[in-house]
Amino acid sequence: MSPAATGTLRPDLAVIADHIQPGARVLDIGCGDGELMAALTAKGCDARGLEIDPTNVAACVGRGLSVMQGDADTDLVYYPDSSVDYAVLSQTLQTTRRPDLILENLLRIAPRGFVSFPNFAHWRVRASLMLGGQMPVTEAIPVAWYETPNIHHLTIADFRSLLAERGIRAERSWFFTGGQPSRQRFANLTGEHAVFLVTRD
Amino acid sequence: MAPTPENTPAGPVLKLAQPLPLDSGRSLADVEVAYETYGTLNADKSNAILICHALTGDQHVASPHPITGKPGWWIRMVGPGKPIDTDRFFVICSNVIGSCMGSSGPASMAESCAPYGMTFPVITVRDMVRAQVALVDALGIDRLHAVVGGSMGGMQALSWAANFGDRIDAALIIASTSRHSAQNIAFHEVGRQAIMADPKWNGGDYYGATGEDPRKVGPESGLAVARMAAHITYLSEQGLTEKFGRRLQDRDAKTFGFDADFQIESYLRYQGLSFTDRFDANSYLYITRAMDYFDLAEEHGGKLADAFRNTQARFCLVSFDTDWLYPTSESRTIAHALNAAGHPVSFMELSAPFGHDSFLLDNDDLDRVVKGFIR
Repeated sequence: MSPAATGTLRPDLAVIADHIQPGARVLDIGCGDGELMAALTAKGCDARGLEIDPTNVAACVGRGLSVMQGDADTDLVYYPDSSVDYAVLSQTLQTTRRPDLILENLLRIAPRGFVSFPNFAHWRVRASLMLGGQMPVTEAIPVAWYETPNIHHLTIADFRSLLAERGIRAERSWFFTGGQPSRQRFANLTGEHAVFLVTRD
Repeated sequence: MAPTPENTPAGPVLKLAQPLPLDSGRSLADVEVAYETYGTLNADKSNAILICHALTGDQHVASPHPITGKPGWWIRMVGPGKPIDTDRFFVICSNVIGSCMGSSGPASMAESCAPYGMTFPVITVRDMVRAQVALVDALGIDRLHAVVGGSMGGMQALSWAANFGDRIDAALIIASTSRHSAQNIAFHEVGRQAIMADPKWNGGDYYGATGEDPRKVGPESGLAVARMAAHITYLSEQGLTEKFGRRLQDRDAKTFGFDADFQIESYLRYQGLSFTDRFDANSYLYITRAMDYFDLAEEHGGKLADAFRNTQARFCLVSFDTDWLYPTSESRTIAHALNAAGHPVSFMELSAPFGHDSFLLDNDDLDRVVKGFIR
């Protein structure tokens, strides 16, 4: 895919789109208004979506995408084993009731999964808690604690521990700060967003 | 050689040259299929969309009803520049067999030169579809760009996918189900018993020898009651409360009698009576029976996913949150079966206060979905 075509995508979505080969079958869990699916479809992938919000689903179908309205916490069980090449969870893991079960389902449905999430251990978040003593509202975590859909905040270190505990390997990882790629070293401190490509050995 | 359609005062009618084989094992001779078309069929005949109507609907999807003079039943969805755009697509809608708007039904003349009445064979949704297939054949169309239907129309779209799935590219199923539930059958049985309990029903033999309009004779009271009961199932408690509440009809106080004191009573009575002007009671019996017999999984060895084995079609299923006649769970079941079998399928529950009838009413999300899916 040309950089121009992914240029308008959110950075985590652009990374995911760039690392899925044309023709792959993809399930986008929590696909929103279908931004990533549209980019994947444009490069010849067979992309399907799952999305909880009916207006988003209508928007997806309105742009010709195949999307099921449903809840990742309850509806992933209806997807057969190894039915797609990639399952994608972009900015969705932290909104689910049981992120660990979602992750297990992800790697049941697909041999490889992309997971992106905002890092709760980014220094701005730490500073907000340490200095202000309040739950942070930042660019990456823009909604106040009482109305945020993010019910399971996690850090990059937390995610790595969960992977280790469940025998899942991080094949690759990317980090972003202020929409720009950031370095791998001290990512848990300096990365605002993380994208992991995970697989089971 | 396919038979050629004939134009009648009520619109084009196709007379089938061969008897139509039916699920009951019987066959129906001299079948007529009345239909309407909108838009123009393109040179490679690839832009045809079949719209399937609901229980009491007809072929006049986007043209005035010849009896009531009311606009077509889905003009907000079908027409030039509408979500199903007749500037781009050739839209076909035919009256289902068993009905009374020009296609063969119980009021049609049997070989005995008297109306069939209850000697008309019991038909199924799949039989209705077989008649549509004959029509599509006669129009020289090999593949349909899409089959679209709400309620019983959705059942026909599903039946197309299951039985003639290699002839459709897409199926859009709105507010429908893959099988009639006990509750669905129960409501239909109430309607049928209301008709049969009317002395004027006379075992279905009420048409008279003079070829009177079947809608002007027969069990009007029974049919009106059947329609009243059914009409309640098309609405929602919320919709009824918003529209009528406990408001009184043209009066300031209760009359302590059995007149239509409440607006809802007056409304239902009107719906019941006006229905009898345009519908034949025996058709109501036959079509409700066809719906009750509908069980797509049963037709395919008990497994719903197996029904869609022979189709590459795209699917879209839409339900409404206040529809308790064909609730969201029914559409979701179909969507999950399709999804598990690897078919491209979209499903969504839209929000609308008007119950089952929501699919006929204004809904921007529905317009967007239909337009995007049909594309």
